[in-house]
Amino acid sequence: MTNILIIGNGISGVTAARHIRKLSGHKITVISSETRHFYARTALMYIYMGHMKYKNTKPYENWFWKKNRINLLEDQVRFVNTDKNKVILSSGSEKSYDILIIASGSKPNKFGWPGQELEGVSGFYSYQDLQRVIKYTKGIKRAVIIGGGLIGVELAEMIHSANIPVTMLVREDRYWGDVLPMEEARLVEREIKRHHIDLRLNTELKEILPDQQGRVKAVITDQDEVIECGFVGLATGVHPNISWLKDSGIETEKGVLVDEYLKTNIDNVYAIGDCAQFHKPPSNRKAIEQLWYTGRMQAETLAQTICGNPLKYEPGMWFNSAKFFNIEYQAYGWVWSDLQQDEDNFFWEAPDGKSGLKMVFNRNDRSLKGINTFGIRMKQEVCENWIRNKISIDETIENIREAIFDPELSKNRSKQIRNAYQNENAVTEAR
Amino acid sequence: MKTIKKTGIILVLVSLTLLMSLLITGHYQLNRRIIDSTDMTEDQKVAFDLSSSYMIGKTYPSKINFLEELNQSFDKANDLITGTFSVSQKKIDRLAAIFRNQQEIKYFTDSVAGLYAKQNRLTHAKIEGITEYTGWMQNRTYTDFENFKQQLTESVEKYNSSLLQSQGFAGHKIKSLKFRIFKASYLGWAESFPLTMLLLTFGLLSLGTLMYVLPKFRQGEPGIKNDNLYKNSLTARGWSGILTGILLITFYVLLYWFAYWIAEWAVLLDPLSQWITGRPADQWFFYGFVYTWSILFPGLNFLTKYRHSRLHQVRTYSVMFFQLVFAFTLPMILYVLNLPEVDLKNIWPLNYNFFFEWKIDEYLEAGTLGLFLFVWGIALIIPGVPLFTYFLGKRWYCSWVCGCGGLAETAGDPFRHLSDKRLIAWRIERILVHSVLVFAMVMTGWVLYTFFTGKNTLLGVDSFKMRQVYGFLIGAMFAGVAGVGFYPFFGSRVWCRFGCPLAAYLGMVQRFKSRFRITANGGQCMSCGNCSTYCEMGIDVRAYAQKGQNIIRSSCVGCGVCASVCPRGVLRLENKKEKGRFNKPVLLGNDGYINNRK
Ligand SMILES: Cc1cc2nc3c(=O)[nH]c(=O)nc-3n(C[C@H](O)[C@H](O)[C@H](O)COP(=O)(O)OP(=O)(O)OC[C@H]3O[C@@H](n4cnc5c(N)ncnc54)[C@H](O)[C@@H]3O)c2cc1C
Ligand code: SF4
Repeated sequence: MTNILIIGNGISGVTAARHIRKLSGHKITVISSETRHFYARTALMYIYMGHMKYKNTKPYENWFWKKNRINLLEDQVRFVNTDKNKVILSSGSEKSYDILIIASGSKPNKFGWPGQELEGVSGFYSYQDLQRVIKYTKGIKRAVIIGGGLIGVELAEMIHSANIPVTMLVREDRYWGDVLPMEEARLVEREIKRHHIDLRLNTELKEILPDQQGRVKAVITDQDEVIECGFVGLATGVHPNISWLKDSGIETEKGVLVDEYLKTNIDNVYAIGDCAQFHKPPSNRKAIEQLWYTGRMQAETLAQTICGNPLKYEPGMWFNSAKFFNIEYQAYGWVWSDLQQDEDNFFWEAPDGKSGLKMVFNRNDRSLKGINTFGIRMKQEVCENWIRNKISIDETIENIREAIFDPELSKNRSKQIRNAYQNENAVTEAR
Repeated sequence: MKTIKKTGIILVLVSLTLLMSLLITGHYQLNRRIIDSTDMTEDQKVAFDLSSSYMIGKTYPSKINFLEELNQSFDKANDLITGTFSVSQKKIDRLAAIFRNQQEIKYFTDSVAGLYAKQNRLTHAKIEGITEYTGWMQNRTYTDFENFKQQLTESVEKYNSSLLQSQGFAGHKIKSLKFRIFKASYLGWAESFPLTMLLLTFGLLSLGTLMYVLPKFRQGEPGIKNDNLYKNSLTARGWSGILTGILLITFYVLLYWFAYWIAEWAVLLDPLSQWITGRPADQWFFYGFVYTWSILFPGLNFLTKYRHSRLHQVRTYSVMFFQLVFAFTLPMILYVLNLPEVDLKNIWPLNYNFFFEWKIDEYLEAGTLGLFLFVWGIALIIPGVPLFTYFLGKRWYCSWVCGCGGLAETAGDPFRHLSDKRLIAWRIERILVHSVLVFAMVMTGWVLYTFFTGKNTLLGVDSFKMRQVYGFLIGAMFAGVAGVGFYPFFGSRVWCRFGCPLAAYLGMVQRFKSRFRITANGGQCMSCGNCSTYCEMGIDVRAYAQKGQNIIRSSCVGCGVCASVCPRGVLRLENKKEKGRFNKPVLLGNDGYINNRK
């Protein structure tokens, strides 16, 4: 029986624990200092908005852990001693291990803005962050969100639901500029504005000003505009939570460096999830993947390796999803924010501008490369098959209905999409 | 907009207060006409006239006083009746004496006739009674006189004590009498200005609701509207939720067992009932009216909430239609046409008295049309249920047609998230709901036995007793009191989930032979838990979705809300070929695994 110690009870750590348990009788201990039980970080916003309670965000009931012989330890790892195969905890005690899995997740980025530590300023990542945001936004007149990404828009939606005016500062010329092409970004921006969010593109934070009690009073933008507010939400990305690994002998860069088997430079130490950084990332992918799905996938893979079935991390086709206020977004395959050299695209938008579809294809053989959907649900299996099998854009548009996963009785938009596609082609040919 | 909504809420509160105050502001006055108009027997009437004479013409400003004296009158009348019809010990002694000097006593009932010299209705009744209750002693041989006398006395005493039930005021009879007397004796606003009061209560309530609801159609952006549900005391088991629950439970207890406490509300609806069917309103008319209102008006609220979803819109129109037309209006039309007054969408075993012999007789007596209605009812049980459920899943009934489901999806919607998702709740659910189904089937078996043989008892169990127990425990306590009264505590589908025998039947078909499933969209689930939270049936949808597994559960009523609230587009309700319905949980998306396995 191997003694397996897992640091972090997020999706990565817990998925690893569950799958190792499924495959073996190893001793499993999960250490975390955030919450006693695993909860869905992705649902934090819904607690704030009153859609759910903390209890509802826990994917497994409390008895689950004991039944599956997964020991939970509420503590914080201070230091890892890889020579002696043990970790030192905040409480002062030590834990030894045969195999160590680091799944410590991320921390919100702070870029050294003056005033970033004031009361009333918070990132949004952990359960404790949520408690802070709840406290800080009580009774305030305005909130300012820094950053135009997924967490930024979630924060905006949350605070908007409490009837608090929100200003959103976005450094780039569009919302989620490193991922979305312009058309899609505009579609989302309109949705953000429809919800009366004061969206400022091309605007950066310069400084956060305190009032006399040391609380946030206002922010100053790079255009020297002062915006009064009672809360500042920092949503400018996250970075691996690994500072505590210093001097452990485990090789790190931005994250814990791992090979394709998710192994670190030390034989019995692995890292998965938000905190892992690949020496050689899988094709097209980032070296650090900060996603729920990838954390889960990495953990499933690692469990196989640890239980005697060595498996490389070879994530399948890229997919992702999000929701911008009422508009759901799904992505399958690769759609870059700017077209690649050999790429062409087709974009359809509904007349009301609230839903849209982007399909990117190879200019030469017209094979489908990626899909972005907005306000239309699509079936992962079908989209992946199309892209994997290099089906041509013309054929996919013809059969678009097969992929649509909207609720029954929804307006069927496949005809509109087909018509739009034919019109566009007609125009191109005429030229 | 805000002021309109606020005014709406105030109107709703005012009208509800007024409605409740009708129950405590009235005066009560009994007169002979009222007594004459009831369906008392001649003897009862005579006795009651005597015992209640001091109440006649007196005005009671308090309901409690009136009830107290009415109860006393009934008690006295009962004493009178039983006193008159009972056989005295003296007579018993005389009857016994006839056989005193025999060596071997052979009792025969013909000897009873000689006991009474006078021949009248009363003595006839007594003779009949003694004959009936001592009949079993006939043709037996008694050697000991004292023993014989004791048996005789006991038997006649049994007759005496049966009088309360047979001749007097007791049980169900007295309850309905009290309801009629209360209703007729009531003097108050609802009686003096029925139309005005109807407008001020239900009219204002409807207006207020519209003012609160209609602006929502244009407010904000269409989309999921669950903001603050867990912060609002009504929908998060706070004080107003608890209060609402207590009021609902009280209402159901009064409705089922003490309807005379709410007789004033029936008075309010008399004009409406008279206008439609020509009958005065009773508590059931009131209940039907309120129930229909509660699907139509809160249903509008649901429509505002899901104005972005055609599925939910159509589904809501459907339950509104079936409640208004099938449950409320059609039975009254059938009544006017002299046909059995049935709700044609109510299916056995939910409609547990479908096979009661008086019901069957009612159908059969109504000629061809009656027979058609009866066959319709049976055709729904089989092949209706399996057929529809095979193609559509049980949702065709539970969230498109059924009245209980209709109320849950409209008035009950704000409470849906309060259902218990724990595994233990699922265990309890399976035991309970299937026990009720078995109970309903056994009970119906006994009923049919009675219907075909005319006998009451089978295997020592009385068929009438069994229906009584079922009616009380399941029909009233479970479906009514707990079914709706528990909305603010355990969500809107307590009855559908734990109690409804029809749901159990539909569920078995859905689980084992149906094209319906909720398809999970590959790996897109991020375990947020919205789907589980908003499942009114307490299904832990997420447990399946996060494994990429389709959701096939017998309890799923297919409301489709899980799919709506899912922020990642993971779920879709589908009727498709049965193949691939039960899929295996998957390793979510790692090609390495697939390649490795090959
Ligand atoms: C608001 C929000 C919304 C998101 N929405 C999405 C989404 O829609 N889709 C998506 O794909 N991704 C989403 N993400 C990202 C996703 O949640 C993360 O990628 C994922 O949770 C990372 O999982 P993990 O297990 O690697 O790390 P984490 O979930 O961060 O878990 C790590 C745990 O380890 C603990 N820990 C760290 N260091 C120590 C230590 N030294 N000792 C003890 N315990 C320690 C931490 O406290 C934490 O509990 C969202 C993130 C946030 C914050
Ligand atoms: S609501 Fe959707 S994403 Fe959330 S747990 Fe359910 S299926 Fe998964």
